[in-house]
Amino acid sequence: MTTPQIDPAPRLLERVQAYRGPPTAVMEVCGTHTVAIARLGLRSLLPPGVRFLSGPGCPVCVTPVDVFDAALFLVRECGVVLATYGDAVRVPGSDGTLAEARARGADVRVVYSALDALAVARSEPDREVVFLALGFETTSPTVAATLLAAREARVDNFSVLSAHKALLPAMDALVQDPDVGIDGFLCPGHASMVLGTRGYRPLADEHDIPCVVAGFEPAEVLAGLALLLDQRLAGEARVENAYPRAVAPDGNPAARAVLERVFQRVDSRWRGLGLLPASGYDLRPAFASLDARRRFLEGVSFDGREPPGCRCADVLRGVLEPDGCALFGKQCTPENPVGACMVSSEGACGARHRYREA
Amino acid sequence: MCVAIPGEIIAVDPGGTAEVDFGGVRRSISLALVPDAGPGDFVIVHAGFALHRVDPAEARETRALFRELLDDDPAD
Ligand code: SF4
Repeated sequence: MTTPQIDPAPRLLERVQAYRGPPTAVMEVCGTHTVAIARLGLRSLLPPGVRFLSGPGCPVCVTPVDVFDAALFLVRECGVVLATYGDAVRVPGSDGTLAEARARGADVRVVYSALDALAVARSEPDREVVFLALGFETTSPTVAATLLAAREARVDNFSVLSAHKALLPAMDALVQDPDVGIDGFLCPGHASMVLGTRGYRPLADEHDIPCVVAGFEPAEVLAGLALLLDQRLAGEARVENAYPRAVAPDGNPAARAVLERVFQRVDSRWRGLGLLPASGYDLRPAFASLDARRRFLEGVSFDGREPPGCRCADVLRGVLEPDGCALFGKQCTPENPVGACMVSSEGACGARHRYREA
Repeated sequence: MCVAIPGEIIAVDPGGTAEVDFGGVRRSISLALVPDAGPGDFVIVHAGFALHRVDPAEARETRALFRELLDDDPAD
C-alpha cells in the first residue's frame, strides 16, 4: 500500500553517513526503535559524532518495582486472577516475579489485551480478575475503552491496576537533565498515533530540541534520522513527521477523549527517572469500583526494592550503556533477567543482548 | 509490546466490532477508538483496538517524503 518502489534503505544510509555536522546525541524514546536500531546494527554505521541514547519508552522497564510488588500481593494475599502482558510476568518485584508466583500456584494469566482480561472476568464470574495495565498513550486508550465496556456491561468482578504513564513529561524531564545531554529526539511512532506531532512542540520551541516522529521499518528509522541530522546541520529545532502514514498532526482525538474520560493525570514514579509531576494515569473517582488500588490496596504500601547491582535506573536515563553494567551478559541475560531492562526485547539491555553488535 | 500492524476492515457489526484482515488472517477488532472507520478502510491495530485510520493522502505523503529525501543530495 505504501511500499516505495525501490528499497530506499541503502541510499538513506549513505545519506545519513555523509553527515558532517555538530556532534549529536539522539535519544530514541521508544523501545520498538531500540529494537529496530539494534537489529539494523545501526550504532556501528553512524557517522562521526552521532550516537544513540536509549530512552524511557519500554513500558515494563520504566514501571517501578512497587507496581510488581502490588501485583504479587494481589495474587498471593487476595487470591485474585491477575491478567497482564507477557513481559510483565517476568519482571522482578522485591520478592520474585509473577511467573515464579504462578509456578507456586498463583493464578497469573498472560493476555494480549485488556479486552482479553475482561473476557476472562466475564467467563469466570465467581473470580476477581485484576488486569495489570502498563504502557504509554498507545496502550492506555485501549484500557480506558475496555473499562467503559466493563462498566456498561456491569461486570463487577473486573478491575485494573493502572501503571500507565504519560510520555511527554518524561521527555521534558530528560531534556532538562544535564547528565543526559540530548540533542534530538526520535519520537515514538505509535504513541504519536494518539498524541499527534503537536505534543512535541514545547520540546522543540522551548528547549531547542529537534523532534522527528519516525516509523519502525529500516527505511523509516533512517528517514527520521536523516531529517533530524538535517535540522542539526541547519541549526534548527522543529517537530517533523517522518511517519505520516500512521501519524496525523492532531493524532487521534477520539482516543485521547476516551483516555481523559476514564483516567486522570497524577504524579507518578518512574524507574530511573524518579517522581515526575503529572506523569501517570490513575482511574478517575467515578471509576473507583473498577480500580484495583481502591478495591484491594487501600492502606497497603510496598518497599519497591531494586534488584541488587542492577543499573537499569542509569540505563533508562541514557547515562549508562547496557554493557556498562557489571551484570550485563553475565548474571543478567534474557533467559535469566536480573532487571526489567533485560526482560523485554524492547528494553535497552534486552535489545542490546539479543542483537549483540559484533 | 507496541507492535501496531495495519489491516483492512472487511465488515463491521452494530456493536462496533470489526472483522479485520491482516494479509489473510482475520481478527475481531474494536473500533471504539476510531469510530468513523468502515469497510474498505485500512487501520493500524494495537492490543485489539484500531488506533488509526490510514488516510490515502497520508500514505501519499509518505512516498513524497522518501522521494524528497532521496532526491536532494545531502553533500551539497
Ligand atoms: S544488564 Fe541486567 S542488571 Fe544490568 S542494568 Fe541491565 S537489566 Fe539491570
